[in-house]
Amino acid sequence: MSSRREFLKTTGALVILFSFDKSVAQSPARLPGSLNSNRMLNGWLRIDPDGTVTLFSGKIELGQGIGTALAQIAADELDVDLKRISLVQGDTVLTPNEGQTAGSQSVQNSGTAVRYACAEARAMLLSAAAAKLGTTDLKVVDGTINGTLTYWTLAGELDLKKEATGSVKPKPPSEHKWVGKNVPRRDIPKKFTGGAAYVQDIRLPGMVFGRVVRPPSPGATLVSINEKQVRQLPGVIALVRDGNFLAVAAEREEQAIKARAALAKGAVWKESATLPPEGKALYEQLMASGTPAQVMLDKSGAAAAPAKTLDARYTRPFQAHGSIGPSCAVAVWENEKKLRVWTHSQGVYPLRGDLANVFGLEPAAVHCTHAEGSGCYGHNGADDVALDAALLARATRGRPVKLQWMREDEFMWEPYGSAMVMKLGGALDAQGNIVSWSHELWSHPHSRRPGQSKGSHTLAARHLEKPVGADPVGDVPLPAGGADRNAIPGAYDIPNVKVSKHFIVESPLRTSALRTLGGYANVFALESFMDEMAAAAGADPVEFRLRHIKDPRARAVVEATASRAGWKPGAGNWGFAYARYKNVGCYCAVAAELEVDRASGRVVVKRAVSSVDVGQAVNPDGIVNQIEGGIIQSTSWTLKEAVSFDRTRVKTRSWADYPILRFEEVPQVEVVVLNQPDQPFLGVGEGSQGPAAAAIANGIARLTGKRMRDLPFTPARVKAALA
Amino acid sequence: MAKYVLKVNGAAREVSVDADTPLLYVLRNDLELNGPKFGCGLAQCGACTVLLDGKAVRSCVTPVSAASGAIETIEGLGSVDKLHPLQKAFIEEQACQCGYCGNGMVMSAKALLASNPRPTNEEIRKALNGHLCRCASHNRIVRAVQRAAKEMS
Repeated sequence: MSSRREFLKTTGALVILFSFDKSVAQSPARLPGSLNSNRMLNGWLRIDPDGTVTLFSGKIELGQGIGTALAQIAADELDVDLKRISLVQGDTVLTPNEGQTAGSQSVQNSGTAVRYACAEARAMLLSAAAAKLGTTDLKVVDGTINGTLTYWTLAGELDLKKEATGSVKPKPPSEHKWVGKNVPRRDIPKKFTGGAAYVQDIRLPGMVFGRVVRPPSPGATLVSINEKQVRQLPGVIALVRDGNFLAVAAEREEQAIKARAALAKGAVWKESATLPPEGKALYEQLMASGTPAQVMLDKSGAAAAPAKTLDARYTRPFQAHGSIGPSCAVAVWENEKKLRVWTHSQGVYPLRGDLANVFGLEPAAVHCTHAEGSGCYGHNGADDVALDAALLARATRGRPVKLQWMREDEFMWEPYGSAMVMKLGGALDAQGNIVSWSHELWSHPHSRRPGQSKGSHTLAARHLEKPVGADPVGDVPLPAGGADRNAIPGAYDIPNVKVSKHFIVESPLRTSALRTLGGYANVFALESFMDEMAAAAGADPVEFRLRHIKDPRARAVVEATASRAGWKPGAGNWGFAYARYKNVGCYCAVAAELEVDRASGRVVVKRAVSSVDVGQAVNPDGIVNQIEGGIIQSTSWTLKEAVSFDRTRVKTRSWADYPILRFEEVPQVEVVVLNQPDQPFLGVGEGSQGPAAAAIANGIARLTGKRMRDLPFTPARVKAALA
Repeated sequence: MAKYVLKVNGAAREVSVDADTPLLYVLRNDLELNGPKFGCGLAQCGACTVLLDGKAVRSCVTPVSAASGAIETIEGLGSVDKLHPLQKAFIEEQACQCGYCGNGMVMSAKALLASNPRPTNEEIRKALNGHLCRCASHNRIVRAVQRAAKEMS
């Protein structure tokens, strides 16, 4: 695991640990993956006499297939059939604390921990068996050792209540039976048969239904409400007004919705114009924020004299998660000081901490259990709605509250992906090689998640009569980065590179983690500019990239993608881009084949081809699903999406205001997985988002000669550019 | 409130609700059917789709008083142990990530196949164009409908 250790040494997190922990010399040995922070074996697995194995993971199912992947890893290490394995995921009483399920790190962290914990448990079982059978020549088939003893009979003697050593070497890939196979996802059958699959499907005895009435705009304060009238509506059992927080509970869901409408209609708010301008002025304002630049990388080296220089500015608007199902939670106060919450939060422990902070409780007094929600692409409204439900449930006398946001609550109040500006500059020598590169960016934060030491980052916390604050917001440190994620052109061998960021904390519209954080916009800019440099050098974009890339794994995905796309130098209707996610995650290249209708300005992505290297592939079809979904979602962001607002209110309320890609517009996608069975896991979930955007921009430029630098590429913008 | 006898998945079910109650909440809360989902309440996304006399309708904007015909939800198609060919095909194609939109996709596909048993790729896309999927499983969904069509014909 030396490569993993090296990786961790380079992260800010560990640097902080070392700087504060003087006793580091005596600290326990670093364990693989999330075992390091959750060191007890029984925290990860249990083997029962009934012939079953239960895994406990702090990483949660988002429909990305992590539960299935973890089961595959465990089945191989333990030598048991996949069917014997069940999972408990994301529960503050039952599972390890693995923070957020985010950043494409679940297989890397949880998968590695499960692998080592299971390898060690198997070794303990075999050691017990050796003593009983008097031989060390042992063979396991589905939990049965040498055809006689079984794990299940040994389970009673197996004491997993001990710290892992991490010293039992996992199996070599050649002995894997499940890892590397397209095992069908275990979460899918119930989703297509009406099973209870989501937090929305939880029904508890005595449960009532809640809805919130949000302010009409981010700067609004509540003046008065028609409380008496609303309380008299059929079915209404509770109404909570606390500062600017308003919510209502009713016996039936449609009654809660009607009460919400009546409450919203009668509420008087004082609004103020707190929002930035839209369009070009938004970016000018971002750049005029006065926030000084932080230099993230300033590298200089020997290089030939520059013969040609280039610069360009790229922008990205505020964009929405836009999950199909609005955020939802179920909460019940078991007594005055004991809160139970079912949530689709990406991090049950961080949420527990924030809820405890808001209610002035010890974390142990809050029990959060994960249940799947609708699509999760980062920090959406899941945590916010959990606090909403808990606040409302204080007024329902012990009756559980299921609270789901309405569509407009979701669009107006989910944390958006931040608007960004990227200024790129570069120089070529006389041979057309890159001698210098600069990337300067302006952005609001990409992570305002729960997990606060004191306050809370949940929405309603700041709407309360006594608002609950939060820790100062910082950026995610490099190498992963947040606003500057993928701003460093890591793959390319360039002698002089300067990367700097203006991290503008104050944001009139709430921003947080949307799939890739700053990576989508930075890769869009970087890889667009790479094509602009290639054009200036008179080079083919693929050849130009390869000319500057040394890493053989990066070269392999570039070459495989170009080959699969039938890439030909010269004019064409394909665009190309490459990125290694976070500069430390999966390697991914995307080629996109386009059509541009010059009359309307409409861009259609007909086909996309991608190659990806995620290290050892646990479930290839799951990887394909992530890369394919990422390409299509990114196509939607890139061609269509921007949150709209005036100086006071967010105007994006429904799908009519925020069109996304539809069936008739979706490209065909082919994904090639370059499996590396002997390499560590690399996260895949966000790998194709950035390259897809740049491939589209590059394809438009190649096809029409016009460079699109402002996202999204709506027909009106493309038409104007072509005019 | 008034009494309504609904024909749901072949059985008569009596509920006592207001006439303007969207069918979605009756199915989800009174009859405890998880299939139809709340997505937008505006007939924009398709997550709540059920069949009414064989026709795909958005249950979030269909008042219960207008639901006097035969209602079919995804639960009526089959179960994990006895899958309908459409359910089987969606599972075999692993045609989702989060799956929240999947109910609507399956139900509209059922209506499509009833009128057009062997649809082309383009016809499937057209039939599902009013359904939103955010995880972007569109191509898998189209393949699942093709697969089911093949098996059912």
